[in-house]
Amino acid sequence: MKKKWLLLSAIFTIATVLAGCENPLMVLDPKGPNAKTLSDTIIMSIIVMCGILFVVYVLYAYMLIKYRASRMGEDYEPPHEHGSTKLEIIWTVIPIIIVVFLSVITVQSTSKVESKPVGYENEEPLVIYAASSNWKWHFSYPEEGIETVNYVNLPVDRPVEFRLYSYGPITSFWIPQLAGQKYAMSAHVTKIHMAADVPGSYMGRNSNFNGQGYAQMEFEAQAMTQADYDEWVNDVKTTAPKLTDADYDKLLETDFVGRKSYSSTHLEFNPPPEGQHHGTPNEGTPNTEEDGDKTAPSSEPHTHPNHTE
Amino acid sequence: MESHEQQFLILNEPMIVGAMISIVVGALSLFIGITYFKKWGYLWREWITTVDHKKIGVMYILVALVMLFRGGVDALLMRGQTAMPENGLLDAQHYNEIFTTHGVIMILFMAMPFIIGLMNVVTPLQIGARDVAFPRLNSVSFWLFAVGTGLFNISFIIGGSPDAGWSAYFPLASLEFSPTVGNNYYAISLQIAGLGTLATGINFLVTILKMRAPGMTLMKMPMFTWSILITNVIIVFAFPVLTVALALMTMDRQFGTKFFAMQDGGMDMLWANLFWVWGHPEVYIVILPAFGIYSEIISTFARKNLYGYKSMVISMVAISLLSFVVWAHHFYTMGHGVMVNSVFSITTMLIAVPTGVKIFNWLLTLHKGKISFTTPMLYSLAFIPIFTIGGVTGVMLAMASADYQYHNTMFLVAHFHYVLIPGTVFAVIAGFHFWFPKVFGFRLNEKLGKLAFWFITISFNVAFFPLFILGLNGMTRRMYTYSESTGYGPLNMLSFLGAVGLGIGFIILVYNLYWSIRYSPRDETGDPWDARSLEWATHGPVPFYNFARIPQVNDLDAFWYAKKHNKPLWSGPIEKIHMPNNSGMPFLMSGAFFGAGFCLVFSWWIPTIIFTILIFVFMALRSFEQDHGYYVSVEEVERIERELGGEK
Amino acid sequence: MKIDESLPLEYSTEENRLKILGFWIFLGAEIALFSTLFAVYFTLHNGHGDGPSAEELFKITPVMIETVLLLTSSFTIGLGIHAMRLGLKKAMMTFFVITLVLGLGFLGTEIYEFVEYIHEGATIQTSAFTSSLMTLLGTHGAHVTFGFFWGVAILIQVAKRGLTPETANKSFIFSLYWHFLDVVWIFIFSFVYLKGMM
Repeated sequence: MKKKWLLLSAIFTIATVLAGCENPLMVLDPKGPNAKTLSDTIIMSIIVMCGILFVVYVLYAYMLIKYRASRMGEDYEPPHEHGSTKLEIIWTVIPIIIVVFLSVITVQSTSKVESKPVGYENEEPLVIYAASSNWKWHFSYPEEGIETVNYVNLPVDRPVEFRLYSYGPITSFWIPQLAGQKYAMSAHVTKIHMAADVPGSYMGRNSNFNGQGYAQMEFEAQAMTQADYDEWVNDVKTTAPKLTDADYDKLLETDFVGRKSYSSTHLEFNPPPEGQHHGTPNEGTPNTEEDGDKTAPSSEPHTHPNHTE
Repeated sequence: MESHEQQFLILNEPMIVGAMISIVVGALSLFIGITYFKKWGYLWREWITTVDHKKIGVMYILVALVMLFRGGVDALLMRGQTAMPENGLLDAQHYNEIFTTHGVIMILFMAMPFIIGLMNVVTPLQIGARDVAFPRLNSVSFWLFAVGTGLFNISFIIGGSPDAGWSAYFPLASLEFSPTVGNNYYAISLQIAGLGTLATGINFLVTILKMRAPGMTLMKMPMFTWSILITNVIIVFAFPVLTVALALMTMDRQFGTKFFAMQDGGMDMLWANLFWVWGHPEVYIVILPAFGIYSEIISTFARKNLYGYKSMVISMVAISLLSFVVWAHHFYTMGHGVMVNSVFSITTMLIAVPTGVKIFNWLLTLHKGKISFTTPMLYSLAFIPIFTIGGVTGVMLAMASADYQYHNTMFLVAHFHYVLIPGTVFAVIAGFHFWFPKVFGFRLNEKLGKLAFWFITISFNVAFFPLFILGLNGMTRRMYTYSESTGYGPLNMLSFLGAVGLGIGFIILVYNLYWSIRYSPRDETGDPWDARSLEWATHGPVPFYNFARIPQVNDLDAFWYAKKHNKPLWSGPIEKIHMPNNSGMPFLMSGAFFGAGFCLVFSWWIPTIIFTILIFVFMALRSFEQDHGYYVSVEEVERIERELGGEK
Repeated sequence: MKIDESLPLEYSTEENRLKILGFWIFLGAEIALFSTLFAVYFTLHNGHGDGPSAEELFKITPVMIETVLLLTSSFTIGLGIHAMRLGLKKAMMTFFVITLVLGLGFLGTEIYEFVEYIHEGATIQTSAFTSSLMTLLGTHGAHVTFGFFWGVAILIQVAKRGLTPETANKSFIFSLYWHFLDVVWIFIFSFVYLKGMM
């Protein structure tokens, strides 16, 4: 048993060192209010869990050390114990209290990150559409009328609302240091709210497995000052080519591309599947969705002939 | 259809060709060996046609061990590939196939059959029955599971393995994005094995409800039997959902229906919902029996009755009910709003309450006990602290907001391995060591057993703890490679070393099996651990009729009190015993299932129909058959009892 | 075989009692199966894409015929079991034959209905609505078909072997199955057809 304790404590030491040193873990190193909420929630839950582990481990160690057969003597006969209603109620009620506490935190933090970031409630968010196709990300800025592929720039100190959808398999849009992830699906648009407090380059990626090129499906999210951002937008508007319907279809079909910039968006000729909502189909409850014309984004990459007949 | 035929045999992948050759060589040498030693008749009479629950259980466990090896090799390859950044051991396609088959095999073809195997061996003995309620159906269950396993495993040499993850989310698993036959194999092999599991569920429910020894009321049942009862209730209500989900998948992929399609009104997330409505209860199907096993072992080696028996039962019932109302926590990130996420967060966290009750009850069972550290006890004791880590991280994952940062990451991978390995895998290994002498009449070597235990436990933590940290550092699951700049390299290497250690541990375990078969001293008592429940009251190895006389039960831990108070479990004379006949029909019918399944995978309609008709022919034959079993005479029973060393 | 004379024939042996309980549990699993199919249908029934909707597709006449046939067959099989309890082999067989003929009539009407659907351009591939509808109906229909052949097999055995604990047990279990299919049909009739036509 001792060996395991040594090992466990060694691992815990490594873990704390890793978490605390100059290279902090991405999820625990937030750069915006929503990611900060999540990071706080996580750290708080880790502390609660360590408390629970501590109680269990102390009891466990006590039982193992005190009641091993080698210490108990040959003719020691363990008593018959039915259980104790009092004790059993205690260790039912205390966990329930912990669960209630964590539930409150969960509901609060979930509604917090599902709305505009704290401190930005009154500002108009910058809307960016992020669509995945094969193993790349398309970012459209309707406000600015520009579009990029595989990189996204955003201004700091301004709320950003990503609207996500997918041409094909479900993907999950994730910039760990700015906000939690959310699925991008073909039938409807989902939303992520975030804001960046600090300029910098952040890792963004698809975190939901979607086939062959999944491992490479990363993008850079760069948060920059408003001035830099305006300059970049202007730059793209003046120097980048226009995105045509035909170009876009071709782009959709390509498996991988590098970074691209365009001075127009695909939203006009290839609109996102907006205006539909979606819920968990509950067993037995009729789904109240209106007409099911949840057509996929009209152009389909990868259309293989149907193999059935 | 063309693409299917093009890659009928997978010949462009050296590793697969190597595996193919070794399988062919292995099968051939097995075939020649059996023929040379003239064992075909023995195999047919004693094993293939058997309806004996103990032998069926042994066969389940044997297949599970082989699958543990197969799934373990998959795991080693995965950890090997990701041990270093930009590693070239596997390409993306191969990696995707391997993590898919690793998941499917470990859950459905390793954990489930291992549990069902132990359930088969132990449950009828624990309740003092001569066999299960429907012995023939039990054989059908096993052979359906076996052909399902076979069908799934040949996918990697014939046609290609599934590669859309074990959860096979649509649209990725649709024909459009997974055009190989891999996911056809997935749907059809799980379907066949699942039918077998459903039959097991019904069989054991009837067995436990109707065939308990006189005096054994529900609240005097051993905890393992309780866990099996509840597990089978879950099976009966969860597996039909899988049946439907897989059927719809097959129809979408092969008949052009639009259930999960991206157009014509289909809904891709419907698959995820159906899958997890089955999938989450499935987790408890493999974890509750583990709780039962630990309860038996901890109580035996603490030499104390199980603490809080009643609350143990209530908490298992609570867990089983909750397991059906938590499924959406697998996709909080689907964007269904604060309300839905909060409800599922709370139901999920509530599972921690009954689970916590169980942990404390086990700890209090140890209290004032007399703990001896045998191999099965070591696994059970290691389970408590390690599983608690899995449990508390589960609560962390249950918090919807925080899950936005854990979902799809290595943190999640670490969590479910921390639950399933100390939960299920340690339990089945512990149960394997514990009940081995009951079936074979000798114990596994303790020294080798403990060596394997230390290797497995320590390596497990080395392999999986780093993944928590990697997850928090943004490493997602199912990535076949990553760049050096991510900094994920060192911890992945550490994890790989742990995986190798686990592999060594399992090799020691198998070596122990070999060593003990050859050298271990034979147990004469039938009760080598000085244990508590009825299965230890009869001989080891157990005679085919289990008990010469059906025991009369007065207490919980009936055998223990019979020993303590010198009260006999039996009275009255030996009577003739009614036993079921062996039958080759389950095996042959399952063969027809295999044929139908295999042809359906490749959409060969005519042979599929022929094999399907054959299945119905077997069912009709069974219907017209008149088989009421046979009787073992009193003299025969007395003779066997004498040979086994005196009447029990 | 210990035969307990105080119980009805179908319950009279241990084996028979186990089988009846087992079958009830199996029906529990069947309820889960059909519930899932209903849930799928309710989730997808508005997803008719370019294909016909429920209002356009459903016709009341064949559905009414099917309902009457199946409900009647459930009644006649009940009479059959009653006759069996009284030991009237001939009456029991007659009622079973009537039940199976009604079952065939149901199946014939359902096949006619499917052909009509296909004529109207609604195949199982048309939309999520038709896929889920036809899968639900088809699963029920396949159960009835299987039941037909099963019933025939039991009738042959009763004819050959008479009313023994074994054949009585089989007949009784078959009647449970048949009643169950009737119950499922009532749900299909109310929640698929009536709701769809409203």
